[in-house]
Amino acid sequence: MGKLQTMLQANKLAQGLLLAAFILVTAGAVYLIDRSVTAFLLMLASLLLLYYTSFSNGMKWSIAVFLLVIVIPFATSGGTSRESYMEVATQCGIYVAMALGLNIVVGFAGLLDMGFIAFFAVGAYTYGIFATGQANNFISGELFPLSGESFWIFILIGGFIAGIFGILLGLPVLRVKGDYLAIVTLGFGEIIRIIFNNLEKPVNITNGAMGLSSIQPPNLFGFQFTFPHQFYFIVIGILLIVIFAVRRLEHSRLGRSWKAVRENEIAAQSMGIPLIRTKLMAFAIGASFSGMMGVVFAAKQTFIDPTSFTLIESITILVMVVLGGMGSVPGVILGASLVTILNLQVLTEFTSWLNQLSQQGIFEVPNALSPSKMQRFIFGMILILVAIFRPNGLIAARNRRLPEEAVKDPSPPVSKSEVQPD
Amino acid sequence: MFSSILQTLPQVLIDGLALGAIYAVVALGYTMVYGILELINFAHGEIFMTGAFVGTAVLFGFQGAGWLTGMPAWLSYLLIILIAMLVTGALGVGIERVAYRPLRKAPKLILLISAFGVSFVLQDVIRFIAELKTGNYIISTPQLFDQRYQLPLSSISSWFTDASVKANTLFIFVIAILLMIGLDIFVNRTKWGGAMRAVAQDRETASLMSINVNKVIVLTFFIGSALGGSTGVLFAQQYGTIDPYIGFILGLKAFTAAVLGGIGNIRGAMFGGIVLGVLEMFASSNLGILTGGNFGAEYKDVFAFMILIIVLIFKPEGIFGKAIKEKV
Repeated sequence: MGKLQTMLQANKLAQGLLLAAFILVTAGAVYLIDRSVTAFLLMLASLLLLYYTSFSNGMKWSIAVFLLVIVIPFATSGGTSRESYMEVATQCGIYVAMALGLNIVVGFAGLLDMGFIAFFAVGAYTYGIFATGQANNFISGELFPLSGESFWIFILIGGFIAGIFGILLGLPVLRVKGDYLAIVTLGFGEIIRIIFNNLEKPVNITNGAMGLSSIQPPNLFGFQFTFPHQFYFIVIGILLIVIFAVRRLEHSRLGRSWKAVRENEIAAQSMGIPLIRTKLMAFAIGASFSGMMGVVFAAKQTFIDPTSFTLIESITILVMVVLGGMGSVPGVILGASLVTILNLQVLTEFTSWLNQLSQQGIFEVPNALSPSKMQRFIFGMILILVAIFRPNGLIAARNRRLPEEAVKDPSPPVSKSEVQPD
Repeated sequence: MFSSILQTLPQVLIDGLALGAIYAVVALGYTMVYGILELINFAHGEIFMTGAFVGTAVLFGFQGAGWLTGMPAWLSYLLIILIAMLVTGALGVGIERVAYRPLRKAPKLILLISAFGVSFVLQDVIRFIAELKTGNYIISTPQLFDQRYQLPLSSISSWFTDASVKANTLFIFVIAILLMIGLDIFVNRTKWGGAMRAVAQDRETASLMSINVNKVIVLTFFIGSALGGSTGVLFAQQYGTIDPYIGFILGLKAFTAAVLGGIGNIRGAMFGGIVLGVLEMFASSNLGILTGGNFGAEYKDVFAFMILIIVLIFKPEGIFGKAIKEKV
């Protein structure tokens, strides 16, 4: 076994063949078998397999994009359950982008934000208010709802407004640290939710607990996006941009400042890192990713109400980041996908399976124990177990290192930008 | 406007003090654990909630066994509180052993995440048990004391309307004051209390002075959790309905109270609890009047969190706390 592993590690061709075979088998299974959750999960797992191959980065990216844009949509188009697969994939993408946003705040900058869903809500409501008749209540002139073509510009506006909210949250809480910051952000998330829940008077802005319904779906040159498999492409597009941005940010000057602040605030400050600006940037950028996905979410659901933005959602995103590995981009992507799939597919399938069993009288499962109700329990257990046994997450974060010789050898002058901290 | 606020003031004060007493006792648990471990024990709100459920379960058990009619009501109340205290105290110790002790050297963030985990697990476990036993997780508690006393304030001055006090509210005051005084004496006068203060100040040095640090931490968790559990019973008796999710927000507010008074400071926690309870009651009954009906009682939680944020920004050490210089 060990021999086989070393042989595989050395031989890229064998890896490629194995990967191709795996993708072919799983994609074929998804295409041919109707409603097979296992096959679908295995097909997604090929992305993880791809991550562990020893191809060059560019190669990995091209294969990943090929898988995401062509293979997965095509394979799922075979059966009747296409929309439900695509729904899961779309939600997955939305959560991955959000988790990446939170990863900037928690993983890179070390600021524990427990109210992250608030920014998602801000993005969703930004689009929701203007893409329904709701805005007519406070802007005169019957200009609304805006047409679905405005969706594309609203992705940016939603991200921008969420970013502003991120700064607004950041400004007062910059003086608090650690545990206190967690509580304050948690309180902030609750404040936002309560406000959205009650802002129907004096001016009806959010329509209160009733929520906003019939939000305009996106529209591109007359083409209406309504089905999950159409949204999938929007989400993948945004997601690729977000991943690219995060990876570039991580190794930029700003990203290194974040990590420095995370490790030791005072030392970072004395090295000339502007503390306030660095922290605020983390809040703003993280929040704007979340806001963008909020807009997509609102357009996809065509209905939003405050119950989608509760504390448990904030915790869910935090679980994704912690489970995957704080500060590790591939880890967070893995964590977010795992948790979303667990929630949307595994738990619901398991619940319906148990229901079937108890209906047939084979095995009595009390309704109170139905797995979809045990979500909090499962999250709680994940949090405790990860904290105790894998505090660094599934894929631990690694910093880029400069080879030791390059530092010791004075002859080729090392330019500043190449030297990485740690 | 002013007169209508003044008219309801006595009732607001009574209700606010009752709520504040509950916050204060829960805040004690936060403050004790924070004082010793510098950990915000997020699961404390859930321990409070568990106390409420255990108390109610015991009450149902007494009812089923027919003991309630044989025993004087105050005795059964006391028994219920004692049992709830023992159970939640043990629960607190168990949580410390399972979720916190293995992480004592880990970064703070990881500890905090583990604490959140515990709190979610507890919520769902309690929900599951309650739903399994009764079919619904929102439970109404039978009340041991349901008398009400009218306070004829309007006969003293026409400024006020009559206020009423539940017999339960009086119990809350008495029990909360007894618990707080008992804890104060324990911490300041006894040998174990001294050990707790020593560990809170410097764990390493305390262990050199032949203090068993682990035992002290366990004891702190036991006492703090037992206090939280007993308050859960008081809460259930005062408000009549409980569900597995009451602990989280109440825990947050109790934490706010602890911060307000200066976390780690027992007397500060009591003060903060009372202040927060009264302010919240005042806000929930008067926000509508003050803003001309635009913002009503539903914003009272916003109000509580605003207080938290403002205190943390301008006086993070709290009203009674001492500012700590950070070590580099």
